[in-house]
Amino acid sequence: MAFVAPKESYSGKVSEVTIGTDKTISFGGENVLPFQSFEGTVPHRPVIAYEIQDVPPGDWPETVKSVYEAVSSDPVSWAKFCEDKLNAKAIALRLIGTHPDRENRSAEDAKRVVRDVLSAIKVPLIILGSNHVEKDSEVLVAVAEAAKDKNCIIGKAQEGNYKTITAAAMAHNHKLIAMSELDINLSKQLNILITQMGFPKERLITDPMCSALGYGIEYTYSVMERIRLAALTQNDAVMQPPMLGDVGTYVWKVKETQASENELPHWGSLKERSITWEAVTAAAMLIAGAELLIMRHPEAVQVVERFVDELMQ
Amino acid sequence: MLIIGEKLSIIAKRVREAMLKKDKAPIQEIATHQWKAGAGMIDANIGPAEDGGEALMEWMVTTIQEVVPLPVCLDTTNYKAIEAGLKVHNNQWGRPLINSTSNDPERFPMLELAAKYNCLVIGLTVGKGGLPADAGERAAIAAEIMARAMEYGVPLEDLYLDPLVLQIATSQDHALKVIEAVKIFKEMNDPPMKTVVGLSNISNGCPKQLRPIINKYYFLMLLDAGLDAAIADPKEMAEAMEERPFFQKVLSGGNIGDPQKELIMKKTIDIIMGRTLYAHSYLEM
Repeated sequence: MAFVAPKESYSGKVSEVTIGTDKTISFGGENVLPFQSFEGTVPHRPVIAYEIQDVPPGDWPETVKSVYEAVSSDPVSWAKFCEDKLNAKAIALRLIGTHPDRENRSAEDAKRVVRDVLSAIKVPLIILGSNHVEKDSEVLVAVAEAAKDKNCIIGKAQEGNYKTITAAAMAHNHKLIAMSELDINLSKQLNILITQMGFPKERLITDPMCSALGYGIEYTYSVMERIRLAALTQNDAVMQPPMLGDVGTYVWKVKETQASENELPHWGSLKERSITWEAVTAAAMLIAGAELLIMRHPEAVQVVERFVDELMQ
Repeated sequence: MLIIGEKLSIIAKRVREAMLKKDKAPIQEIATHQWKAGAGMIDANIGPAEDGGEALMEWMVTTIQEVVPLPVCLDTTNYKAIEAGLKVHNNQWGRPLINSTSNDPERFPMLELAAKYNCLVIGLTVGKGGLPADAGERAAIAAEIMARAMEYGVPLEDLYLDPLVLQIATSQDHALKVIEAVKIFKEMNDPPMKTVVGLSNISNGCPKQLRPIINKYYFLMLLDAGLDAAIADPKEMAEAMEERPFFQKVLSGGNIGDPQKELIMKKTIDIIMGRTLYAHSYLEM
């Protein structure tokens, strides 16, 4: 008798999310574990967005900063570069300059940057705050309005500021990232609270909080895995939003992406090492269930895209 | 079913202050309430009690037994404080219970005391390193504790195995593992081993209004598994016993003619069984 591979079938399905207006892109929608298309449907490949910032990336390591040297003093040129030269499918604008401990730029400044970037690009935009709970609730509310009806993703709403940010994303027709700090039960709770405000769960994206390879990635991995199992095997509706892996910002902070060859010769080439670090972290997030990644280095993005090509075959 | 009243704990502000001031009135009031509500024993949790533990435990035991004809569960890691409590304990109301020994060698002296004073003792199924991962690990530790008890001359009938209830809000999968452990413990000896849990820890970290709901229904599920004793709020447990016939009906898929109550029970069963992921608002979903 011929061997028949056993197949799992699942009662739940990940929501399908479409972003953008001129050029749109969709992710999610699968009813199987990541890339297990032989058991069901995987309608979309994961989306990788290129990260840009409202201020020059002075704190990024040289390896990734040098890629954007010519354009990163201006968010619009930076966004255009990603769209035109790197063929970015989506762009994630992080308004890090609004953080009170950084340039402390105002919500008005942020609005202007968002408007300028939006009018320069066709691909969808993800708009991220500076991860400062109070400031984000001011800044993200302002930029949600500035980006009205552009079908962006706004984020990140957290326990301490979800009410204002959710209301703004709802009023101006955006998708919303809900982030909790590596705790599956709190992640579910935040999604419940947001949907209880009337925000449709089909417009939510869950960020269980990323971490870099070697710096707690196993926690992110297992939380993502369990979120996805709840979505598929338990048909848990509030756990069905697609998941975000905010990879670049975590990876380009760790020692492995910064320490020079002189300092640690046995670690090998810094460039190769750091690009690989981002690619491997991103690949792990995809295997754990992320449908949306935010990354920095084009070579790492290419590696991950090829990895996805193979897994989607 | 033995309910060990949990309310005299140093964690409660009112109790802590009374302990500090050696003010008998609040202690006796709480002890009496628990007795009236159906407690068969009163837990006296004085914490680690490194300084003055002996005098404090002595005072607690006599203060409680002055007004309540019940044995006391002596709850501290301080070996000397336990012994001081045992010395003054009035065994006319029943044998005292030591809370607790475990598979950590530092806790073995508790077995020595149990043998010396011919009292009951709780064996918490934890070792020196980390928490047990599942029911099997709990059972393996239980076997070690049983062997150790025999070695020290404590009859297995006097040992209560405690599978260690963890918080459902952070360790949801352990809720079911503890129920499984109770079933396994019962089969580890003939006559069956006695079992006890520190019940309320299940709902530690949950919103206040959820706590009695989770406590009660978890208790009823443990009871079905064969649980013999619980350190718990006797008032809540009395309510649980009243609800038991309805709960069992819902557990077996039946209808109780009160859709709202039925839904609360069903959702809580799903959380305990791990069929739905816990969130503080699970009843609202």
